Amino acid sequence: MSDTQTIDKMVSQPYKYGFVTEIEYDEFPKGLNEDVVREIWKRRGEPEFMLEFRLKAYRNWLKMEEPMNWPNLDIKPIKYDEITYYSAPKIKKQLNSLDEVDPVLLETYEKLGIPLSEQKRLANVAVDAVFDSVSVATTFREKLKEAGVIFCSISEALKEYPELVQKYLGSVVPSNDNFFAALNSAVFSDGSFVFVPKGVKCPMELNTYFRINNEESGQFERTLIVAEEYASVSYLEGCTAPQFSTNLLHAAVVELVALDHADIKYSTVQNWYAGDEEGNGGIYNFVTKRGICKGDFAKISWTQVETGSAITWKYPSVILKGDNSIGEFYSVALTNKMQQADTGTKMIHLGKNTSSTIISKGISAGKSNNSYRGLVKIGPKATGSRNYSQCDSMLIGNNCGAHTFPYIQQQNSKSSIEHEATTSRVGEDQIFYLQQRGLSEEDAISMIINGFCKDVFAELPMEFAVEAQKLLGIKLEGSVG
Amino acid sequence: MLEIKNLHARIEGEEVEILKGINLTINKGEKHAIMGPNGGGKSTLSKVIAGHPAYEVTDGEVLFNGENILEMDPEERARLGVFLAFQYPVEVPGVSNATFLRQAYNSIQKSKGGEELDPLEFDDYIREQLKVVEMDPAFLDRAVNTGFSGGEKKRNEILQMAVLQPLLSVLDETDSGLDIDALRIVADGINKLFTPEKAVLMITHYQRMLNYIEPDFVHVLVKGKIVKSGGKELALELEERGYDWILADVHTNGAVK
Repeated sequence: MSDTQTIDKMVSQPYKYGFVTEIEYDEFPKGLNEDVVREIWKRRGEPEFMLEFRLKAYRNWLKMEEPMNWPNLDIKPIKYDEITYYSAPKIKKQLNSLDEVDPVLLETYEKLGIPLSEQKRLANVAVDAVFDSVSVATTFREKLKEAGVIFCSISEALKEYPELVQKYLGSVVPSNDNFFAALNSAVFSDGSFVFVPKGVKCPMELNTYFRINNEESGQFERTLIVAEEYASVSYLEGCTAPQFSTNLLHAAVVELVALDHADIKYSTVQNWYAGDEEGNGGIYNFVTKRGICKGDFAKISWTQVETGSAITWKYPSVILKGDNSIGEFYSVALTNKMQQADTGTKMIHLGKNTSSTIISKGISAGKSNNSYRGLVKIGPKATGSRNYSQCDSMLIGNNCGAHTFPYIQQQNSKSSIEHEATTSRVGEDQIFYLQQRGLSEEDAISMIINGFCKDVFAELPMEFAVEAQKLLGIKLEGSVG
Repeated sequence: MLEIKNLHARIEGEEVEILKGINLTINKGEKHAIMGPNGGGKSTLSKVIAGHPAYEVTDGEVLFNGENILEMDPEERARLGVFLAFQYPVEVPGVSNATFLRQAYNSIQKSKGGEELDPLEFDDYIREQLKVVEMDPAFLDRAVNTGFSGGEKKRNEILQMAVLQPLLSVLDETDSGLDIDALRIVADGINKLFTPEKAVLMITHYQRMLNYIEPDFVHVLVKGKIVKSGGKELALELEERGYDWILADVHTNGAVK
C-alpha cells in the first residue's frame, strides 16, 4: 500500500465522540442585538457591572472586523445572525450534590471517559464539567476549599465573589482586544474560575471538560485563573463535540494572572470534531488565550495538543511584565483531512531578565494546512531578556502544507532571541525501517510522531500525556503506507 | 530457507528493470556473499527481499521456508525471521533505542505467540545482547541512530539482529564506513549470532569483511543478474583482478558459467 493510501485509511478513522445528547434547552431566538445582550445578563442574574461590561463589548464588536485577512486560513463566511447566543440545557439551579445532576448529563460525561460520580472519578483531579457553555458539575470542591482554592463556574464566581471577578475580568484580554474576544465578552455564558490565594500550592490538578452539544448555538466560554503571590496551580482543559454537518463557532477567552513568584501551568487537549473528508462540518475554533506575569519571578506555561476543529485560530500568549518572569509555550498541532490550523504564541517581554521558550511541533497529514505564527517582542526596558524558539513541522503524505511565520520585534540590544525551524517528512524509508523490525505500519507512524512530539508531551501532566499520545495515534490511524 | 526464482524488479513507476532474473538458493547453515560493481542491483535485491514499497516485482518468486513472501508486508516478513541490516540506517528522533528495540522485540514475540517483555525484563535481556557488539548501555537511552557516527549506526544494526534473532540476515554493506576495529567487532558479533539453523546473505564490495566471516558461496551480481558463483576463493580472485574480466565475459558470452 502506498503512503497516501495508508494516510487515507488512517484519516478515515471515525471520530469517537460524535454522539449527541438528547436534552431540553432554554434558548433565545437566533441573532444578536443589545436586547439579547441585556437578556443574557438578566437571565444569568449577574451583578450590575457585568451589564456595562457586556454592552461595551457588544458596541466595540459592532465596529470591529473579523481577523480574516492575515491568517493562513480559508474560511467560509460566518453568519452571525444564524447563531443562537444563549442556550442552556435545562438543569436545576443550585445543585447541592452530584446526585442532583441530570443523569443524562452524567451519562454523557461517562461516555466521554470523564466520570463525575464519587466512586469513579480520578483520584487527584478536580473536574468542572461544562456542557454547552454551562457548568453542570464541579468535583472535589470541598477539598479544594479547605486549601483555600476556589474552583467553580464563572457564573457562580460572579455571584459569590463578584469583587474578585470584577478586579481581573478583562484585565488581560480587554473586551476590545479583537473581534472574537469582543463577541465573547458580550455574550459569554460560562466557563471556569480559579483563584489560588497567596502562598497556596493547589493540591490537585484542575480539569475543565468542555462539551459542545447544541447544533445551533455558538459556544462562548470564559475562563479566568488568578494565582496570587507564591501560589501555584496546574489546570487542564479537554474538549469534544458531536459530529454535525454544519460548522459551529467556538470563540472562547482565557485569562491568566500570575502575581509575584506565582506559577500557572495551563494545558489543553483539544479534540473538537474536525469535519469530514470533504471539509463539511467541524468546529471553527477562534480562541483568545493570554496570561500576564504581573509580578516578578512569575511563570506562565501553556501546553497545547490541538487535534480537532475544522479551523484553529489560536495564539496563547504571555505578557512578561514582572522582572525575571518566565513564559513558556509548548504546542503540538495536528491537522488531517481538510483541517486548517493557524496557531502559535506571542511572548511580550516588558520586564528585565525575562525569558521565554517556544517549542512548536506541527504535524500535517491528508489535505490539511498547518501554520505556526508567533511573535516575540522584546521591549525597550527588557534588558537581559532572552527567547528561544524552536518550530518543527512534519509532513505525512504529499497533499498537505506546513508553514512557519515567525515575527520578531527587538527593541533592546542587551537581550537575545534565538529561532530554529525544521521541516521533515515522515518518509517511506523511516516507516520501512521500523516495519522491517516487526512493527506494524500504524505502530511505526505512531512511534515516529510520538518521538517528534516528545518535548511537548513531557510538559503535560502524566495521565494526560498518555491520553495525548493515544489521541495522536487515533487521529492518524491508517495514515501512511 | 530462501529460494529466489527468476526475480525481476524495478522501481515503482519506472520502465527499466534493475533485477533481470535472479536465481539464488540459500539453505540453513549457509553464508552467502554477493559482490559486484556499483549499480548492479545488490542493494535492490536486499530491499526487494525485505519488501521495500518503492520497488515493484514484475516477475518471479521469493520463497522463505517454502512460502511466497512477495505479497507480504515488510513486518510480516520480519516476523517470519527475515532481517535486513541497512546500508544507511534511518534516524528516528525522540524515540529511545531501548523503547524501539523493546517494541520491535515484542511485536515479533507477539506474532510468534512468545513472551513479551516489560521494560525491566527487557533491560536484563538487552544488556546481554549489548555484549555481542561491545556496545555501551548508554546507547539504549539515545534516540534511534540520531547523531550516531557511521560506525555506531552499523553496530546498532547488529545489536538489533542480536535482539530479534532472525533466521535469515541480509547484511547490506554492513562493512562500509567501519574502521578496522569496528569491522572486527561487527564481524565477531555476526559470527557469534550464527547457528546451523540460520543463514546469512552479505552484500559487500570488499574482500576484507569476508576474511572475518567466511562465506560458503560467493556470487557476482552484474546488471541485474548473477553472472558467476563460486566458493570463497572467488572473492579473493575478484579482489586481485577486479570485475573487468567478468564484465568482458558477460559482454561476449552473455553470462559466465
